[in-house]
Amino acid sequence: MSETAAITASMPEKTPATVIELQAVHKWYGEFHVLRDINLQVAKGEKVVVCGPSGSGKSTMIRCINRLEEHQQGRIVVAGIELNADVKNIEAIRREVGMVFQQFNLFPHLTVLQNLTLAPIWVRKLPKKEAEETARYYLERVRIPDQADKYPGQLSGGQQQRVAIARSLCMKPEIMLFDEPTSALDPEMIKEVLDVMIGLAEEGMTMVCVTHEMGFARTVADMMVFMDRGEVIERAPPKDFFSNPQSDRTRSFLSQILAH
Amino acid sequence: MADIAQDIPVATQAPPRHSSGALGWLRANLFSSVFNSILTLLAVALIAAVVPPVIRWALIDAIWSAPNGAACHGGGACWAFIGEKLRFILFGRYPIDQDWRPIGVVVIFLLMILAACDRRLWGRRLALLWFFGLSAVWILMAGGILGLSSVETALWSGLPLTLILAVVGMVFGFPLGILLALGRRSKLPAVRVICVGYIELVRGVPLITVLFMASLLLPLFLPAGVTIDKVLRAQIAFILFAAAYLAEVIRGGLQALPKGQVEAADALGLSYIQRTRLIVLPQALALVIPPLVNTFIGMFKDTSLVVIVSLFDLLGAAEFALTDANWQGFAVEAYVFVAVIYWCFCFFMSRYSQLLEREFNRGRRR
Repeated sequence: MSETAAITASMPEKTPATVIELQAVHKWYGEFHVLRDINLQVAKGEKVVVCGPSGSGKSTMIRCINRLEEHQQGRIVVAGIELNADVKNIEAIRREVGMVFQQFNLFPHLTVLQNLTLAPIWVRKLPKKEAEETARYYLERVRIPDQADKYPGQLSGGQQQRVAIARSLCMKPEIMLFDEPTSALDPEMIKEVLDVMIGLAEEGMTMVCVTHEMGFARTVADMMVFMDRGEVIERAPPKDFFSNPQSDRTRSFLSQILAH
Repeated sequence: MADIAQDIPVATQAPPRHSSGALGWLRANLFSSVFNSILTLLAVALIAAVVPPVIRWALIDAIWSAPNGAACHGGGACWAFIGEKLRFILFGRYPIDQDWRPIGVVVIFLLMILAACDRRLWGRRLALLWFFGLSAVWILMAGGILGLSSVETALWSGLPLTLILAVVGMVFGFPLGILLALGRRSKLPAVRVICVGYIELVRGVPLITVLFMASLLLPLFLPAGVTIDKVLRAQIAFILFAAAYLAEVIRGGLQALPKGQVEAADALGLSYIQRTRLIVLPQALALVIPPLVNTFIGMFKDTSLVVIVSLFDLLGAAEFALTDANWQGFAVEAYVFVAVIYWCFCFFMSRYSQLLEREFNRGRRR
């Protein structure tokens, strides 16, 4: 899976398959129009970074992709499966889509290892031993192999977020969603999490990240998406996006976020 | 860092004398201020006034054996009465030649409770053990098979009855309470309305009325010839009542759980049942251990209300023992004795819940 992604990434002349597609997606919270006519295509192996001021709907958008939020109009197709009210479809998509949250959301009553093996055992029906081997492999990958038997509450924020990433990876997802993964972290821990994410990107994982880490965006993004007031205002490769933003709103956002 | 390293290390010193040792403790805890000192002296005076007379009554002046009630009236407690009536208070009207059966029932209950306290046994094995244990309790109490003489439930009484009502009430009320609590938060309006209606209805009426209705009104609505056993009726009333109260306690735990836990479980592709069983309930229940145990303790003592539908639980049997014309005037002794038994069970629950809380919280939060 990641192998094919790596191949497609190295052969840009061939158009890779679209794995996430949003078509004219609208969503309302009561009367409030949070998502307005969102159109987005993400190809296999592509890394999309979504940014925008708070309240712009970027989190809502990314959470629609795995149905943590329900859209009311438009079409969302993920990994070839259309999102609709069918619980089977929703669960099928969630198996293929990993998600990392701002607040980590590790399960505090389970050890790190149990956090990692829970879904593979219960959802993928893997034997416990195999699930634990996979879990240890990914703990190694996020560079905390020796914390397997601790509880999440005993780890630092950065370690917890890396466990959360490993937990998602244990499901061998095709797509990873990151919803402000570093926003709740102390400054000195941001880098350790970003490093893991960069490593993941280099391996060809399809990623959609909501983040304000513009340095990270420059490094890994194939495409920048800027959202404001529920709309996609601008979408461009990072080179153009940072050096030559087309919209005023993008420009003012970038000047604010890059000023300090 | 460098400065410190070059310094001569400060040797470990004993704490200043006045802040440690017995004298220091006294000063810090009992005489730290004028107000505190007055409270301390008052408390000591109160203890001195109350404790010695109680000890004199209960131990020193107590009469431990006497041929009848008249010979047992002295300055102190008449424990001879308890000795005389022990069998009746514990087992009530159960056939006297079958005493080994209620004894067996109490032993089985104690063993089952002890087994349930061991977290390593939690799961299918414990459920199986309880299934066989409760079956054995039923066979022992009711008889009629395996060569045991049949004993009608109207004769069940004393401690076995109290334990049956309380433990069976908890064991069946608890899962029902979980379902009600989950139902109350369901997305389906019909399920929600039914659960809310049930909880509010049952919680809004006194247990006594439910017991009354179950034993007096229910038979009126049943077709002629169909009877439901009296103990069973009281038991069902207890289960339904316990479920409503426990549901609200459990709902508190469900609401206290951060939303992100459910989202994380969803994002991993867990189904509703998996999410509820593996993520939501273990955390929600651990959060509400104190109020859960509070409810359990309350329920345990509420079993004494079955007296009003003429069932003789532990307290009822003790009260019945007081009516003996040969042993008059020993109500205090009887109530103290029964209170001690209730207290032992409730104290055990309380201590065990504290242990459980510590275990659940170990390593969880920083």
